[in-house]
Amino acid sequence: MDALLLAPVALPALAAAGYAVAGWRRATAWLGTLAAFGLLGSGIALARAVTGSRPRVALGGLLRADSLSAYMVIVIGAVALLAMAASPAYLAAELAAGHTSPRAARRYGTLTQAFVAAMNLAVLAASLGVLWAAIEATTILTAFLVGHRHTRGAVEAAWKYVVVCSVGIALAFLGIVLVNLAAVHAGLPAGQALDWADLTVKGHALDPGVMRIAVALLILGLGTKAGLAPMHAWLPDAHSQAPAPVSALMSGVLLSVAFYAILRTKVIADAALGGGFARTLLLVAALGSLAVAAGLLLAQRDYKRMLAYSSIEHMGLLALGAAAGSRLALAAVLLHVLGHGLAKTVLFLGTGHLYQALGSSRIDSVRGLAGRAPLLAGTFGLGLCALLGLPPFSLFASELGMFRAGFAAGLGWAVTIALASLLVIFAAVASHAGGMLLGQPPGGPGAATAPLRLPASAATALVAGLVACAVLGVTAWPLRSLLDAAAAAAGGV
Amino acid sequence: MSETAYVQLLDLACGAFLLAAVLVLWRRRLAVIARLFAVQGGALAGLVAVLAAHQHSAELGAVAVAVGLLRAVALPVLVRRALEAAGELRETQPLVNVASSLLAAAVLALLAYAVTRPVVRLSPSPATHAVPVALTVLLLGFFVLVTRRRALAQVAGFLLMDNGITAIAFLTTAGVPLVVELGVSLDVLLAVLVLQLLTTRMRAAFGSTDLDELRELHD
Repeated sequence: MDALLLAPVALPALAAAGYAVAGWRRATAWLGTLAAFGLLGSGIALARAVTGSRPRVALGGLLRADSLSAYMVIVIGAVALLAMAASPAYLAAELAAGHTSPRAARRYGTLTQAFVAAMNLAVLAASLGVLWAAIEATTILTAFLVGHRHTRGAVEAAWKYVVVCSVGIALAFLGIVLVNLAAVHAGLPAGQALDWADLTVKGHALDPGVMRIAVALLILGLGTKAGLAPMHAWLPDAHSQAPAPVSALMSGVLLSVAFYAILRTKVIADAALGGGFARTLLLVAALGSLAVAAGLLLAQRDYKRMLAYSSIEHMGLLALGAAAGSRLALAAVLLHVLGHGLAKTVLFLGTGHLYQALGSSRIDSVRGLAGRAPLLAGTFGLGLCALLGLPPFSLFASELGMFRAGFAAGLGWAVTIALASLLVIFAAVASHAGGMLLGQPPGGPGAATAPLRLPASAATALVAGLVACAVLGVTAWPLRSLLDAAAAAAGGV
Repeated sequence: MSETAYVQLLDLACGAFLLAAVLVLWRRRLAVIARLFAVQGGALAGLVAVLAAHQHSAELGAVAVAVGLLRAVALPVLVRRALEAAGELRETQPLVNVASSLLAAAVLALLAYAVTRPVVRLSPSPATHAVPVALTVLLLGFFVLVTRRRALAQVAGFLLMDNGITAIAFLTTAGVPLVVELGVSLDVLLAVLVLQLLTTRMRAAFGSTDLDELRELHD
């Protein structure tokens, strides 16, 4: 029994049980933060244990952690810590305004923790099948979080979310069934034919005809959950309707967990089919996602949807990096996952307070924020700078790394198209943000001009996220050996 | 069981399985669709039972009973209850009429045969020769999902897809590992429960479960 592997799943699961029993009250509000703190700690301990040594297994081979899994646990822990630290203040304001009942708050506490536990199970699962079941479980657990507000928009978003993601993930399951068939024919024992380590070793023996269908289905299906084009339609709705800390978790890590599953698939696909097949699929998804994001950001009128489309953009960039596939590219992809998670969390948490204060998520309802709420405006502006890839934030370094690796891998044309899309996105987001932060405040009677106060706990989370993102951009040394090992585990050579 | 009896029973089960899906395309009353779905779940359980008898596997026999309980009893009951709660036994108005739907079904069946050729080639056996039938059911489910406008008809489409995938899993390798199969069944059950609750909320918020009403969110 390896406690290090069980802790990332058990800690949030225990916190979920705690909320289910005790409800959301003053004493329990910080339980989730405590669990996330333990989760981050266990992720770091796990990373130290597996970097440079053999993967650890637990529960009779059901769970396995190599450096890639450990890195993902750290990412989940970091984002969960920020989102959970901001939750008590967010829910207190919702309860005070009468938008949430104590019963809904209890459900919120239970579901968010169970959701974090399911993501950890996904990245620690040794078998593609368990990985699949955990990812589908995240859809079910977050459905009612998306529909938390019971408004027409929230119900609509939740419906689209569950239907589109369940269909996508069902296609991925068909892919897994076909992988199972190919594996059994390649001589893997039937009980563990879906273990991704065994599949990688036996990759050359898997039937290419069947694997081609399987990999296409897996990338399409998991790409649905990762918000990659052409199956991205649910994402802007779900991410804009969920409560802010949940949006942060969904945008910051859930997409990346689905992308982690794509990385594992790609390792197996490359072993069975050579590098070209998965690369082509990923390139189509990458350029499609970037084009969709660029097109829809230009005329965007809703600041939460603006952030959601930015998530599609960043998932497209990750797919581009994964298509390049070298060790540099994959290390940059993984650093990008963490940087994007931190920055997007800061932004979604900030918009949560903005929405609570203004009651509207339209971009033109926010004018001259810098004068009204300097701290909120500052973190929002800096967060957008991070998302747009400006130094000193880590997304600058990781995007640079991905583009360099892309040119080195002979994908210069794709990188050029991606850069053109990024230019459009930069112009669109910068012009929206300029109006929101610095524009002329609305005058006249009835205009809300009262200063907007951030609770101290939320302000700490926002600043801490930005500082962490900037520190990683200046020096990635705490993560260097881990990133290198994780990139190797993701198939980088 | 003799080889010919096995093949005939297998084909019978697959035939019933496919026929139920095609009838879903044809019929429009939601109550009838729910009943057809139960019939299809029964055919799927029968299919697994035939495979179990052929392989003399008691474990697979138990799985057949579980599949039958889940897909011929539990899920149809859930769908029926959602129907009664929504009070919508009226006809759905699909985007595509019946004749075109049936033509589309024929095209989808051809597509299924073309796509599954590598699977059949890898292990030619009576069971894998039936894989195109299961894939056709999956594609028909997808077709129902995108062309029907009632929320519950969409759920039915999703469940057809899921039945098709389960059938492919059993026809290719007598199923994926048990722990995965358990996780999948639980996930499907929970997904349908979630969708059932959401239809109730949708009715409360929009006054109907017509998906054309869902126009709050757009760019």
